[in-house]
Amino acid sequence: MAKTTARITVNGEDTPIAPAAPHTTTLDFLRERGLTGTKEGCAEGECGACSVLVARPGVNKPTDWVAVNACLVPVAALDGQEIVTSEGLAARGAPGTPPALHPVQQEMAVRGGSQCGYCTPGFICSMAAEYYRPDRCAHPEQDGATDPEHGPNGFDLHALSGNLCRCTGYRPIRDAAFAVGQPDEDDPLARRREQAPPEPAVTDYSLDGSSFVRPASLAETLRLLRERPDAVVVAGSTDWGVEVNLRGRRADCTVAVDRLPELRELRVADDHIEIGAALTLTEIERRLDGTVPLLDELFPQFASRLIRNSATLGGNLGTGSPIGDSPPVLLALEASVVLAGADGERVVPLAEYFTGYRQSVRRPDELIRSVRIPLPLSPVTAFHKIAKRRFDDISSVAVAFALGIEDGVVRKARIGLGGVAATPIRALDTEAALEGRPWTPETAEAAARVLRGEGTPMDDHRASSLYRSAMLGQSLLKLYAQTQTTEAVSS
Amino acid sequence: MSHLSERPEKPVVGVPLPHESAVQHVTGAALYTDDLVYRTKDVLHAYPVQVMTAHARITALRTEPALKVPGVVRVLTKDDVPGVNDAGMKHDEPLFPDEVMFHGHAVAWVLGETLEAARLGAAAVEVELEELPSLVTLEEAMAAGSYHGARPVMETGDIDAGFADSAHVFTGEFQFSGQEHFYLETHASLAQIDENGQVFIQSSTQHPSETQEIVAHVLGVPSHEVTVQCLRMGGGFGGKEMQPHGFAAIAALGAKLTGRPVRFRLNRTQDLTMSGKRHGFHARWRIGFDAEGRIQALDATLVADGGWSLDLSEPVLARALCHIDNTYWIPNARVAGLIAKTNTVSNTAFRGFGGPQGMLVIEDILGRCAPRLGLDPTELRERNFYRPGQGQTTPYGQPVTQAERLTTVWQQVKESGSIADRKREIAAFNAAHPHTKRALALTGVKFGISFNLTAFNQGGALVLIYKDGSVLINHGGTEMGQGLHTKMIQVAATTLGIPVHKVRLAPTRTDKVPNTSATAASSGADLNGGAVKNACEQLRDRLLQVAATQLGANPSDVRIVDGVARALGSDKELAWDDLVHTAYFQRVQLSAAGFYRTEGLHWDARSFRGSPFKYFAYGAAATEVEVDGFTGAYRIRRVDIVHDVGDSLSPMIDIGQVEGGFVQGAGWLTLEDLRWDTGDGPNRGRLLTQAASTYKLPSFSEMPEEFHVTLLENATEEGAVYGSKAVGEPPLMLAFSVREALRQAAAAFGPAGVSVELASPATPEAVYWAIQAARRGTAGGNGHAAEGAGGRVRADAEALSGA
Repeated sequence: MAKTTARITVNGEDTPIAPAAPHTTTLDFLRERGLTGTKEGCAEGECGACSVLVARPGVNKPTDWVAVNACLVPVAALDGQEIVTSEGLAARGAPGTPPALHPVQQEMAVRGGSQCGYCTPGFICSMAAEYYRPDRCAHPEQDGATDPEHGPNGFDLHALSGNLCRCTGYRPIRDAAFAVGQPDEDDPLARRREQAPPEPAVTDYSLDGSSFVRPASLAETLRLLRERPDAVVVAGSTDWGVEVNLRGRRADCTVAVDRLPELRELRVADDHIEIGAALTLTEIERRLDGTVPLLDELFPQFASRLIRNSATLGGNLGTGSPIGDSPPVLLALEASVVLAGADGERVVPLAEYFTGYRQSVRRPDELIRSVRIPLPLSPVTAFHKIAKRRFDDISSVAVAFALGIEDGVVRKARIGLGGVAATPIRALDTEAALEGRPWTPETAEAAARVLRGEGTPMDDHRASSLYRSAMLGQSLLKLYAQTQTTEAVSS
Repeated sequence: MSHLSERPEKPVVGVPLPHESAVQHVTGAALYTDDLVYRTKDVLHAYPVQVMTAHARITALRTEPALKVPGVVRVLTKDDVPGVNDAGMKHDEPLFPDEVMFHGHAVAWVLGETLEAARLGAAAVEVELEELPSLVTLEEAMAAGSYHGARPVMETGDIDAGFADSAHVFTGEFQFSGQEHFYLETHASLAQIDENGQVFIQSSTQHPSETQEIVAHVLGVPSHEVTVQCLRMGGGFGGKEMQPHGFAAIAALGAKLTGRPVRFRLNRTQDLTMSGKRHGFHARWRIGFDAEGRIQALDATLVADGGWSLDLSEPVLARALCHIDNTYWIPNARVAGLIAKTNTVSNTAFRGFGGPQGMLVIEDILGRCAPRLGLDPTELRERNFYRPGQGQTTPYGQPVTQAERLTTVWQQVKESGSIADRKREIAAFNAAHPHTKRALALTGVKFGISFNLTAFNQGGALVLIYKDGSVLINHGGTEMGQGLHTKMIQVAATTLGIPVHKVRLAPTRTDKVPNTSATAASSGADLNGGAVKNACEQLRDRLLQVAATQLGANPSDVRIVDGVARALGSDKELAWDDLVHTAYFQRVQLSAAGFYRTEGLHWDARSFRGSPFKYFAYGAAATEVEVDGFTGAYRIRRVDIVHDVGDSLSPMIDIGQVEGGFVQGAGWLTLEDLRWDTGDGPNRGRLLTQAASTYKLPSFSEMPEEFHVTLLENATEEGAVYGSKAVGEPPLMLAFSVREALRQAAAAFGPAGVSVELASPATPEAVYWAIQAARRGTAGGNGHAAEGAGGRVRADAEALSGA
């Protein structure tokens, strides 16, 4: 295999990735080539100033234009792929004339959507991705009922949840987002959606002793992991990218698994749902389309759309953070993890998966292939994420409930907790305090007292331990209130 | 109407225009300082050697290991400084320190062929330290009596008599957090050397003249050997008023020593851990009210957390004292100010410059006292407003002009926001919802415009007309997103009487306009607009002479409107381009330097009296919030604002400033939570919230769901360019209405009449503890953010079920 033949199509131009180092981010790669519209604001996927569009396998059409954080994705991971930046969205005018602005650029420019302008190219790319979302359709405003997060043009503001602006206060950006129409038929990026997405390239990109590898198959990946126990496995690189940028970590060998077909299956069987570990959260959200209500409650609260467009369940479980948002939900759903090794597969209940702070039973030569959620689902579910900010924040505490309540009695209770111990945990004592008891204020109060004592929450910059403990109990009381009334309880 | 404020026929000012760089912004074509690196050859990259301890003496600094790292070219240390080793103006800010004064202090800088090489080189530099005791928090500094700089006292009336006349006297304390600027573009400079060894520095700076001055003194060269240019900034907010200078000096020193271009850029964590922030404050107060709730006397001491060096802390404190009255007449007052010296970053200017901190103190006092006085908070505020026509003065002795505008904006907000109806709806909602409460609060703003220090109130411009009729303007102000350049183009087009497309604006450079003031104190448009107008008037008067001859009229009867010169009562026309062409051939000078000084200001910093402000900007806001009683989480449901920007120079820009300022203020007061490691462990003094993942700015989820901003109409300000008023800072303080609404919503969970104390920032956790205290019918924490409020409130929170 050639070592440095990796190439990427940027704004329609085929470009070699060399001489970028294998750890080079797409952001730095673009800027080195003079495409400085893509900005660095935080280098950890929080601000969105580096947002770019990537052509990916689509959900409703062959290809979707998906916005991702260029600061997190190594450019070598985009070998053979197509990306578009803010510079590429405007059509070049004749020499000496201004460019013809893209519709989202036009709306942002005329409505005062930019002040200092530094975050603007990133907003433009995130907005363009939503502009091209095939299932975005205009809906008439309902009588009186306003939905501040969806525009009359079907624009979902969550598409911009990973973009920060320090100047405008967001109102003109919202107005611009809600003003864009549908793409014209001859819009080249709209047409591109009808063609097949770029195939994943088999990549072995090496420079100065370090390499970025995308093996062709699962079997090859597992062989490589056995040979290279030091290899860092990445899917969306939303966690590893932060390590590279903020903590200066470098890997001799990085292995990309996000396009392995075996890790990208989604199947709804009679007794379980199997979700490929390398599907992005956005893909899962759109393909499950409400099949698992608890996951539906999770997704909008999981990081930002930019992150969900890259992040995977395999990655969230693989890094094993105690404040990851998916583990509490998957614990409440009694999910299992399918681990694949060169010798075969094994299935581990998630409740037995975590062994310590960022530690699990997964061996370095194993990959998470999929996550299995047993059916039927418990009917009463809720996900309560306690954080300072509603969009794109890290949990202080996260609580997921899945309760079976029949004839006013709690038959089954599964509760997953994040942020209260070195690993995500089940609230076993609270489950016991609920099961077999009538679903009454007294039961909820008593169980809330037990729940407050689960885990060992700590004090940090996100919250005090007392608040964390209090919120555990409050989450159950809130769930109780939500099940008792049609009155809107703030979510 | 004054000459300065009068608008000609068909003025371009007042027309809503998008930002002059909007097209470049949206296409990614707009260049920022660090974008130039990729367009410059042979650039070296500078990386700081940060020492991770709060306070220590440096006993040894070994650079040799760094020089062995491949790609490292040079390590800059104190020994390399040919001039003065100081990054500030007060000689208390060594560029290369002997003593580490805060966790993350940079003590040396490594130059590398790549950023990676410089980073690895910086990690290889060996620093030996003798650890010293540190003061990390404001409380620690106050307990130790650690203060620096001025200790102003502002006095008016007779406070003893005022308290004697008071029916109610309350005391309290309040400690509140600062704020990180979090401009999206971090600090950046690029320095180059020309063939004469002179330095050209492109810097993301709000104050190019001072950047120039400090680079010159570090290099030991006169100012004319240093040129500073600022293309634009990706946000400033005060954070680039004083802080860029030392960083630019590092790049300049590196360029001078190596002969190569040197790029300096902080990554986000470096920016957060090395650069100053909004000052957090502590306030201790005693206030007296008469039986009707009118303030009789205020005795207060404000302590600003200055950090390790003075930087701008003295003027920040002065502005805090000058704004403790906000919109309220305080006949008898004694307000003292102190600056704590702590082992943290050196706090600096931030939108409002101490004004917000002073005003927060009085708004907090009124919010806490209203229930104890048995008054609705809105009613209490109204009773204490400055009244027009009664000769009332501020506590520093300045007459309060245009006080009637305060009642006007207040009434307009009440009407446009349907406040009375909505208060009834909210009462009904709250009665029906035990777990969710809403509240609606109104607060006002009165903000003094001008630099406190009179000398800074001057501006300069250079306007060039080329033979073809096109116009290029230079002025001393910098563009950081606030739309100053857009306004300056509009001012020039208005004064010259030409269409806006005839005018272009050149980047801010110290070799075009010298000795400029910082683009700060909201004064950019007032000062530079006055100077641009002055330059354009000189040119216009010369051109009118030429036109008069051509048109056969008296110059005073000629008008240039929309690019055409006409004499009054005549059909004869002379197009602008022809007029300029003719003027050139008549050897009329087609360039002019403009100047402006704000008239009528005086200030005595020692007696703390005078009239430092040209005028006051007024505004009022009404905010409705909804709070979840289970968690303390909240949403901003609706905001209505009426704000006084005079006659707006550029309405779209001004509305953008009002909205953006409001949301930034709401971020400071509710969400943005600076936390340091205050323990005694090895990380003492470390900023814990040193990344975007831990320091949270407002995002779309904090935007008010309904957001109505109206500019006060027919609001001509006689004392400013084309009748406008400054807009950059005042709207930030409209966000007090968010905090007061949260306080009232928390109170709604408890029995009526309970005074609720709310920490600042009012995070969901802080609101939750306030709710719990309200439910118990007792006051909440002492107002300090989580730690202090703390302990006591939480100790028994456990026992409560909350629902």
